[in-house]
Amino acid sequence: MGITTRPRRTTPIRVLIAKPGLDGHDRGAKVVARALRDAGMEVIYTGLRQSPEEIVRAALEEDVDLIGLSILSGAHMALFPRVLALLKRQRAASVPVFAGGIIPDEDAKRLKRAGIRAIFGPGTSLGEIVSTAEKLARSRA
Amino acid sequence: MTRPGPLPSAARAIVKGDRRALARAITAIENGDPAADPVLRALYPRTRGVPVVGIAGPLGVGKSSLINALVAKLRTERRTVAVVAVDPSSPFSGGSVLGDRIRFERSADDTGVFFRSMASRGAAGGLAAATLEATRLLDAAGFDVVLVETVGSGQVDVAIREVATTRVVVVVPHLGDEVQTLKAGLFEIADVFCVNKVDLPGADLARRDLDDLVALGSWPGGWTPVVVGTSTAPPSGLDDLWAAVEAHERHLDASGGRAADERRRLSGEIVGLVRDRVGRDLIDRLERDPELRRLLDRVVARSLDPRAAADRLLAGSRRSR
Ligand code: B12
Ligand SMILES: Nc1nc2c(ncn2[C@@H]2O[C@H](COP(=O)(O)OP(=O)(O)OP(=O)(O)O)[C@@H](O)[C@H]2O)c(=O)[nH]1
Ligand SMILES: [Mg+2]
Repeated sequence: MGITTRPRRTTPIRVLIAKPGLDGHDRGAKVVARALRDAGMEVIYTGLRQSPEEIVRAALEEDVDLIGLSILSGAHMALFPRVLALLKRQRAASVPVFAGGIIPDEDAKRLKRAGIRAIFGPGTSLGEIVSTAEKLARSRA
Repeated sequence: MTRPGPLPSAARAIVKGDRRALARAITAIENGDPAADPVLRALYPRTRGVPVVGIAGPLGVGKSSLINALVAKLRTERRTVAVVAVDPSSPFSGGSVLGDRIRFERSADDTGVFFRSMASRGAAGGLAAATLEATRLLDAAGFDVVLVETVGSGQVDVAIREVATTRVVVVVPHLGDEVQTLKAGLFEIADVFCVNKVDLPGADLARRDLDDLVALGSWPGGWTPVVVGTSTAPPSGLDDLWAAVEAHERHLDASGGRAADERRRLSGEIVGLVRDRVGRDLIDRLERDPELRRLLDRVVARSLDPRAAADRLLAGSRRSR
């Protein structure tokens, strides 16, 4: 049995990892989800083909501290700003959004200016992703 | 009877349909945040005792897919539905990948549905410690039906007995030896047996086995479990599944079983809450209170055995009241 007593207070970071649009590349999202789990976070994985509306709704129902978008299809310039706009409309712009996948530097610069807090490309170390996730989640208002 | 008085603002928002307030309150429950207390207290008198349907069964049998199908069906009947889906936390990192949402396919603008994933956070029995109170908030928030998915550890997912009014145990054809282990545990608390994936070969055999099990078993409470066969793709048997759930809910009303079950569950809940608080308090005091530390020292030194120490602790806490 062991000690079944409920711990007094625990506040693991909750993160939504979402795959927006018609993109079938899910290895990166799964690798990142597992790395965040191994760092003690609770990761809600949405699965493939999520609309920005579905992503924002899931983020609010799941009350996450951070949203991670994974995209390798090239549609990031259409989909990411839409996620940010919907969050703003729901008065949830305080939930930080970061992202990864195949995103050219030029686009990454513009997306960061639009409010995506961090963007990581292929080969990024998982340690770097985890520490950024921790920092961003703690920054949530 | 506590009369519903003025509500604290979070509770008021939840009753008015503010889904973010609901989501935040569930987080507060999960985190043991005292902010949850006034909300739970205010909303308890507003709970109506809606059907809470537990969907339990081993890993990968199709629990989430069935929930998705049931939500779709209930929505065509214009009933509102909330889902709490529990997945295991890693015993090592404490983290979790919650994947039940992958099967959930509602359109984003359907406000008649609410889906919440929940990590078990080390609780035994296939649910999280926060699941019961979360279902209570969902009831007070006005949902007509609450569906709860267990972790999927098979035999040991029995905590659903303390949360659900109707328990559906899902199996699939060719479970093999796992069926034997399920017989002690999960099978004993089933109100409905659902053989899912009847599109796969072996479904008839699995149903016959369950029919035999039901025929041979003794079922207290006057309800004999119903066996149904389903598949989520292509959809079949889902009406039968829901009809069986509703038949059981009607039986609970007709037999007085609902009140009796609720009384049993609440008694267990209160005892559990007291055990948690007393336990936490004692764990703290065993380390901090000098007198209790000496008691622990003596047990460590083998001059007192753990049971005798427990006797003294209990005697001490009675005296101090
Ligand atoms: C494997 C692969 C596939 C597999 C996918 C298997 C799967 N289930 O994931 C298969 C064979 C199915 C496939 C198919 C296709 N692919 Co492909 N594929 C690749 C490949 C070679 C590797 C991708 C991969 O898995 N990497 C490993 C993971 C771990 O890395 P990652 O995803 O980049 O993730 C890292 C970071 O980006 C970051 N990250 C990723 N997500 C996130 C999220 C967050 C929140 C954070 C913080 C970080 C983060 O962290 C990870 C760890 O460092 C890439 C080329 C490349 N080198 O990237 C092409 C590539 C992505 N594919 C491409 C294409 C075009 C296709 C197809 C359209 C090909 C076709 N014509 O049929 C199809 C489309 C499939 C579909 N339905 O979408 C192009 C995309 C071009 C573009 N965007 O402009 C690429 C770039 C190849 C190329 N150079 O042209 N592909
Ligand atoms: N053939 C068949 N496959 C099904 C059926 N229902 C679900 N599945 C598949 O079974 C797998 C598991 O389905 P889930 O709904 O995720 O099962 P689950 O019981 O929720 O799984 P866990 O939450 O991981 O325990 C998926 O690949 C589904 O597509 C069915 O009726 N027939
Ligand atoms: Mg599931």
